[in-house]
Amino acid sequence: MTDATAGPDVKTGPTPDNAIREAEAASGPVLAADGTPLKRSLQRALRREKMRALMLISPLLIFILVTFIAPIADMLFRSVENQSVSETLPRTVVALKDWDYNSGEAPDEDVFAAFYVDMIEAEEFKIHTRLGTRLNYEHTGISSLFRQTGRAVGRFDTDEYTDAFVDLNEAWEDPVTWLNLMQVSGIEDVLPETASAWQSWSRIVEENNDVLAEEEPEDFLYTTLYRDLMANGDAVASFEGDEAALLQEAAAAVGEWEPVSLKEQFLDIDEDWADPEIWGTIQAFSPNYTPGYFLNSVDLQMTADGISAQPENQRIYLLLFKRTLFMSLMIMGSCILLGYPVAYLLSNLPMRVSNVLMILVLLPFWTSLLVRTSAWKVLLQQQGVINDILVWLGIVADSNRLVMINNQFGTIVAMTHILLPFMILPLYSVMKTIPPSYVRAAKSLGATNWTAFWRVYFPQSVPGIGAGSILVFILAIGYYITPELVGGTTGTFISNRIAYHISSSLNWGLAAALGTILLAVVLVLYWVYDKIVGIDNVSLG
Amino acid sequence: MVSDAANGAFVEFDRVQKSYDGETLVVKDLNLSIGKGEFLTMLGPSGSGKTTCLMMLAGFETATHGEIRLGGQEINNIPPHKRGIGMVFQNYALFPHMTVAENLAFPLEVRKMGKSEREEKVKRALDMVQMGSFGGRRPAQLSGGQQQRIALARALVFEAELVLMDEPLGALDKQLREHMQFEIKHIADNLGITVVYVTHDQTEALTMSDRVAVFNDGRIQQLDPPDVLYEEPQNSFVAQFIGENNTLSGKVTKMENGRAEVTLDDGEVIDTVPVNVNAVGDKTLVSIRPERVEFNKDRLAPDAHTLKAEVLEFVYMGDIYRTRLRVAGKDDFIVKTRNAPDQRRLQAGEMLEIGWRPQDCRALDA
Repeated sequence: MTDATAGPDVKTGPTPDNAIREAEAASGPVLAADGTPLKRSLQRALRREKMRALMLISPLLIFILVTFIAPIADMLFRSVENQSVSETLPRTVVALKDWDYNSGEAPDEDVFAAFYVDMIEAEEFKIHTRLGTRLNYEHTGISSLFRQTGRAVGRFDTDEYTDAFVDLNEAWEDPVTWLNLMQVSGIEDVLPETASAWQSWSRIVEENNDVLAEEEPEDFLYTTLYRDLMANGDAVASFEGDEAALLQEAAAAVGEWEPVSLKEQFLDIDEDWADPEIWGTIQAFSPNYTPGYFLNSVDLQMTADGISAQPENQRIYLLLFKRTLFMSLMIMGSCILLGYPVAYLLSNLPMRVSNVLMILVLLPFWTSLLVRTSAWKVLLQQQGVINDILVWLGIVADSNRLVMINNQFGTIVAMTHILLPFMILPLYSVMKTIPPSYVRAAKSLGATNWTAFWRVYFPQSVPGIGAGSILVFILAIGYYITPELVGGTTGTFISNRIAYHISSSLNWGLAAALGTILLAVVLVLYWVYDKIVGIDNVSLG
Repeated sequence: MVSDAANGAFVEFDRVQKSYDGETLVVKDLNLSIGKGEFLTMLGPSGSGKTTCLMMLAGFETATHGEIRLGGQEINNIPPHKRGIGMVFQNYALFPHMTVAENLAFPLEVRKMGKSEREEKVKRALDMVQMGSFGGRRPAQLSGGQQQRIALARALVFEAELVLMDEPLGALDKQLREHMQFEIKHIADNLGITVVYVTHDQTEALTMSDRVAVFNDGRIQQLDPPDVLYEEPQNSFVAQFIGENNTLSGKVTKMENGRAEVTLDDGEVIDTVPVNVNAVGDKTLVSIRPERVEFNKDRLAPDAHTLKAEVLEFVYMGDIYRTRLRVAGKDDFIVKTRNAPDQRRLQAGEMLEIGWRPQDCRALDA
């Protein structure tokens, strides 16, 4: 009766199964009705929807990019950025490359000459103080050294060279002579230092809105010219171009002149310029990017010798990091201990009662953070409410009141209180989804109340604990205001130190490095958590 | 109501009352004896008190008044975990963080049973529900029907003599539900366990039970085997609740020889069996099952009362025809006829005379 060639469940004719078989049999990609591949057709159909979705979230996206991603990127950049040395002292940085710190001696005259020109320009633009501040983070005292040097660098004895050149030929006094000379192509090969100094001079003149052709050249130009003529006599001799005769005349004369030692000039300002430590610091921080801030953040320092530990009395950051981690864990732990029973009650009481409780839980959210923290001050201080009660009850002697604030204890108490809702709410939302039938089932199967809770209820509430813990821990680790107010000296967090560097010491690079480390620690902990507990097990409801 | 307060009763509710708020009784004066090995179903609409009764038996609710006895011993004050009653919950309540085998081992573990014995029992229980190879899975990886089997196995694995089931098949689709009904019934019969089963699905109750207790308004309305319940409902609630039912309202005009003559509201007269009408003049609801209505005159007794009827709607339902008629002024009178070769398909607008055997027509309370 049935077609013998067809299998038992294969029918001929148009059936849905046959349509699928035909589609599978046809080779190549599936085509849409108009002949384009179905995949591309589908993509085109979805593209408009995707675009619309993107448009809808674009305000938020832009907002986040501008206010969140960009500042974080800027922070990451700042934590390694170190262009101020190479920007302020470009010639010195180059000259210092050949100097070996381990020689134990200050650099030679060439470095001081480069430094001289750099300082002249830096002083004119008033950026040497900024550099001084930057280097002062690494080596105390550099700031004032730079200030002092900046004031004196214009009054060096190098005017002797100026006088000598002018005495030799009046033309050297004329800015036009210099202008002509410096316009000769290839001059930077013949007079490298002078050409470089001339660039600085042009910038200085421009900054003052003057004209190059009218400004009398300053001493440092004559100094570099002298040094070039002394060094490159041969090149000058074969020089051809404007003012060649003038130049060759000078080249012949300079050998007779009394040299002025720039090194001595600097040493006259401050003996510290003879100290290899200073130069070592400048050398160590001459690259554009430096790990220095990060090293400082972990109580190390980058010296000319390489990386070494900070002096004992300046090591605070590792301690602060450890303390921040420890206290955040303590706060997280006490939030779990205090929050779990509350969340359990909330999710198991009748609606009317649990709503009232919920309001009590949310109450702290509606009160100013400052008010709550201040309230803890009132409660915990030595003349505060709790101590008064304890003394009144005779538990504590009046002379021996408990110190409960401006230390770790106070910070932990206050922050546990403040962060408790962040533990309770995720716990509550998870517990709310655990049907009471699970515990009932466990009991009907013979489990005691405790076994039913521990073996059946608790494991299912773990995702809530996970979510709450991550939330509380991450909030705690970066908390600032409460430790600032009740932390005293032993209860402050790393964030307080970051704030100090942002607003008081203005060492933004270090603040950025500390912030970056904090971010990294959080990310690493998050990763560890994901490995151990699994982030899929975190549930906010 | 139940006369067999005999010593053989395994589970007994003795004048049990339950109130949640101290104002209204959810369960009113419940007396019920369940024999050993019996499959008893508590059937009723939601809010009728059936689940509360089950929870009192399981120990999750306490009786406000009265005694509950299990095997002759009062269990009112015994906590749930010491009652040794197996229970299958509505949504199975399989522990999601444990594998199937761990779920089954749980009741054995809390009973401090040795590992090898535990494993053997788990295996046997899994085999019993034909899920032997699923021990390592998590409940979430199982289909609804499979979860149902595991929940059943878990309730049975510690060899409880009494198993309570709270609408265990409610979440399954129709086909699977029907299949599981038979399977549960067979397992219960094979093991000889006593089952108290709660459902609001009357088909389920009729299919599976030895006896059915129909609950309404905190009371047992009728407690009988399924066939008695269906054929001889004791009051109009039971008649309405179990199966489909036609009702005609009227007044008793004559009572004699175990027959009651009822005059319907539009003046027609019919013969009925009096069930809970006592005297002439009583108002009554007359109940007739749709499949007992006959419109082929040849099959009716010669002296049978007939009523005029107009066909309003004919629905072809495959195995049966369902015809809606207007009878005695009511237009929701249903007739069901078997789809047989000699069966006539009625046409809307057709006028008929319908009748039935007097014993199929019961005069109940109004």
